[in-house]
Amino acid sequence: MSGYLEGILVLLAVNVVFAYGGFLPLAAGQLNLGLAGFAAIGAYASAYLSNVFKLSPLIAIPSAGIIAGLVALAVAVPVLRTRGIYLALATFALGQIVQAIILNLEIVGGAAGYPVAAFIRFPTIAAVAVIVVLLVWLLFGTRFGIAVTAVHDDERVADLMGIDVRAFQIAAFALGSAIAGVGGGLYAHHFSFIEAQYFNISLSITIVLYVLLGGTQTVLGPLLGAAVFTLLPEVLRASANWRYVVFAAALIVIMALRPEGLVTGAQLRRLFGWHRGGPGEAGVDAAKERA
Amino acid sequence: MTAAAAILCFEAVSKHFGGLRVIEDLTFAVRPGTRTALIGPNGAGQTTVFNLITGVYPVDTGRIRLDGADITDSPSRRRIGHGVARSFQNIRLMPHLSTLENVMVGQHCRNKGIGGVLQPVNLIPRNRWRTEARAALAEAGLGDYERATVGSLPYGVQKRIELVRALMARPRLLLLDEPAAGLNPAETEALQMQLERICAGGDLTLLVVEHDMHFIGALCEEVIVLDFGRKIAEGTPGEIRRNTLVQETYLGAPAAAPMEPHGAARSA
Repeated sequence: MSGYLEGILVLLAVNVVFAYGGFLPLAAGQLNLGLAGFAAIGAYASAYLSNVFKLSPLIAIPSAGIIAGLVALAVAVPVLRTRGIYLALATFALGQIVQAIILNLEIVGGAAGYPVAAFIRFPTIAAVAVIVVLLVWLLFGTRFGIAVTAVHDDERVADLMGIDVRAFQIAAFALGSAIAGVGGGLYAHHFSFIEAQYFNISLSITIVLYVLLGGTQTVLGPLLGAAVFTLLPEVLRASANWRYVVFAAALIVIMALRPEGLVTGAQLRRLFGWHRGGPGEAGVDAAKERA
Repeated sequence: MTAAAAILCFEAVSKHFGGLRVIEDLTFAVRPGTRTALIGPNGAGQTTVFNLITGVYPVDTGRIRLDGADITDSPSRRRIGHGVARSFQNIRLMPHLSTLENVMVGQHCRNKGIGGVLQPVNLIPRNRWRTEARAALAEAGLGDYERATVGSLPYGVQKRIELVRALMARPRLLLLDEPAAGLNPAETEALQMQLERICAGGDLTLLVVEHDMHFIGALCEEVIVLDFGRKIAEGTPGEIRRNTLVQETYLGAPAAAPMEPHGAARSA
């Protein structure tokens, strides 16, 4: 495999993992703009565990995911008290705090960055990405998926149906953060060097865009969103410096045409002939746009 | 009627929103297995009564008992576990879930703990909960809509789905908020038959907010009349129709709106 191709595929796999980290809270109706912070926690934790304790990346990366998830669980209770735009701001601040702490943490190199000794190649990263996608798909095939969507759609009714709204929001937030942590671990071990500056707000926003572009309603959405986001700029490489302009324009067109994302639940149901109800579904789809 | 014999008991309940007295010193009891209508002019407080029973709002004063247990301070999420489920005046199904998934939301309160949450309802076609929800939809004549996105379905169908969802909680007390509103006569009749069927066992108690007096006459044996948050009358549908105060405040003069009982054959 050429270095260029492997580079793209690694980025694709890591971005897919990141996308599922953003998908879980969004599926529960929450915007987490602190994802880069949890990715950083995962990256640094995994690097530290393998550098200092000589753990294999295959153990260090999942452990780093668990650490990121536990940190998320600890901060979820105060942070998830806020909602809407305030939640977005609170999680954004959280990401900034993590970045600032790492910059001042000399034990992991501080502002100079942190080299990572243990190296993993594309097949390992791809396998982990496949496992993450499968686990999220399995999870959303259980009552968890229904409950999380119910919380997203109507918190009040979900509550009256006996669904513990806060517990599901916290679970989605923590699980998403754990997945972002795994993504960070994969990144660290492939690129062999990490620095706090990489895990900035634009990473968080990009991750959220993967999910919004792909669609938050189905487990397929983030996969497609991450793929389009990673591959489209490469395809547009021929247009040289104009590619980001073309790319941004393409995104706006996609968002205008498919405001609920590239894949929606209703669309899948129609595609697989599941829909046997009344006509006019397409029109209602448009009216039910996700805010 | 003693409070112990009642499935639902309001004891001097008041609820104010700022200076607005929505419910004022309201006391009533609903006997188990009966069908009771809660009527009154729009804004008389019927939906607020439902919101107080289900814990959407806390009461200001008074107590609410369900089957003898005081649920006044029980959090809204736990009330469905006490056996009370409801439908909503404006349909509130989950727009991003299919019909079947919406119905399965109703089972949530019976799926406790991690094991319940991780039930593979959408992974295994023969999952017990999935089978139960499909059977309930089929029994209600809604089997064809199983996989449909609920938002695309006709209004009357959505209302019936909401009813099936509420029943999946296996409630002992079912609160229906204007179930017949917006339905055409055929749909109203279908709803009435569906309600007769689900009440046939005698275990379910119905409390219905409704304006259609024909519907009430055919379905309910008890009527409670509210006006400005106070109870102004209670009795059988026949008694309520003859009540002068109710005629003045709500039903209108007998001559203007003849109240020929639709369910005249039923022993009042």
